[in-house]
Amino acid sequence: MKPGTTSAACAALLRRDLALIWRRRGDALNPLLFAVIVVALFPFALGPEAQVLERIAAGTIFVAVLLASLLSLDNLFRSDLDDGSLEQLVLSPHPLSLLLACKIAVHWLTTALPLIAIAPLLSVFLHLPDTVLPVLLGTLALATPLLSLIGAICVALTAGMRRSGMLLTLIVLPLIVPVLIFGAGACNAAQAGLPYGAPLLWLGAWLTLALVLAPLATAAALKISLT
Amino acid sequence: MPAIDLVDTPPLLAAHCLAYARNEEPIFGPLDFSLAAGEVVLIEGDNGSGKTTLLKVLSGLLEPTSGEVLLNGVHLTLAKLSHQVALLGHLAGIKMELSTLQNLRFAVGLGGIRPGITPPLALASVGLAGYEDQPVRLLSAGQKKRVALARLLLVPAALWLLDEPYANLDREGIELVNRLLTTHAQRGGAALITSHGAYAYTSGTPRKIALNPGTGNRESAIGPKSTPTKDASA
Repeated sequence: MKPGTTSAACAALLRRDLALIWRRRGDALNPLLFAVIVVALFPFALGPEAQVLERIAAGTIFVAVLLASLLSLDNLFRSDLDDGSLEQLVLSPHPLSLLLACKIAVHWLTTALPLIAIAPLLSVFLHLPDTVLPVLLGTLALATPLLSLIGAICVALTAGMRRSGMLLTLIVLPLIVPVLIFGAGACNAAQAGLPYGAPLLWLGAWLTLALVLAPLATAAALKISLT
Repeated sequence: MPAIDLVDTPPLLAAHCLAYARNEEPIFGPLDFSLAAGEVVLIEGDNGSGKTTLLKVLSGLLEPTSGEVLLNGVHLTLAKLSHQVALLGHLAGIKMELSTLQNLRFAVGLGGIRPGITPPLALASVGLAGYEDQPVRLLSAGQKKRVALARLLLVPAALWLLDEPYANLDREGIELVNRLLTTHAQRGGAALITSHGAYAYTSGTPRKIALNPGTGNRESAIGPKSTPTKDASA
């Protein structure tokens, strides 16, 4: 009678969630498609002048990526709640927060990472200067995990409710506005030739804090939602 | 049939004055019962009498309003208790898109494995040999239930909490559940099973815990049977 190790449990959960997403890879592409469409529509609406597009490039890409991640957030615990897997996670001998951290990691890997990967393409659509692209990628790499972590807490809070999509958006949006301000701000500063280190460091500090605290808060919120 | 034995070894599971209320409306209890190793006990009650809630409280998913639970005579917080029980609820926690074997491998990764058994062996012993790579979505309701039963075989929990384990099963499946329960009891495990009357446990007459319907289960006098709310030897 020996329970498995926590690392084995996390590995099993990662493997299962990735396998599930692979089975539904069509759905997983939705956020990516959404971001591409949103960004591609801007040149049509504003005209093709490079000067105009350049100015809004970083901000537009940032907003598109954040909204696209938000789109898939609602499904983070939905299927696990519906089929009872979540109860099994809660009942397992391992810390719930670590298991949930794995689920959040899978969400980031499968929605945010592809978005970061196509960000160079999006920046071409909007004439973002090449020199700003590394800053954009860096801020996205810091901001998207923050969104997944903050979003997970909110999803856990609303998990017990049916049709919680609207409520979730209302809770998440105010919380991610600072992330947007600092992220897009860093890109705009880099574009204007100003130092952009400070907002990046702020994002890094928040990310560190969220990495430690968000899984704990998510676990607590989820336990409340289950009762 | 076994009377409440007063041997020195403490029972595997004991509940004292266990009660649960939702929004101040009592769902069940207060209940006093104990469960020795090697025992299979049936929880009887009509729909809405709190059977599922009782199992959820015992598994640690819900905090009881009052009372305490002892495991092997040690007072445990329910959070710790939950690690030593296997709950099979109405929702089996099985992923429809994954194959039966993938589902069981995940269960083993999460809960550990009983020595001397492997996921393919467990599938074979619930009569699903040859379905290893079949997505669960394509199985019938009864076969899905069998996958959930295979999980119980794999996970090293001494106490099984089974919510309506006979639902959706054919005659052969019912015998399978009985066989699994008998083997589990012989190995020193114990099980609590809920049933709404149409119970099918055939290996001897199990002890019963009666939950009277509705809110009346606080008073043993109310209810269709004169069985007290305490455990009664059948």
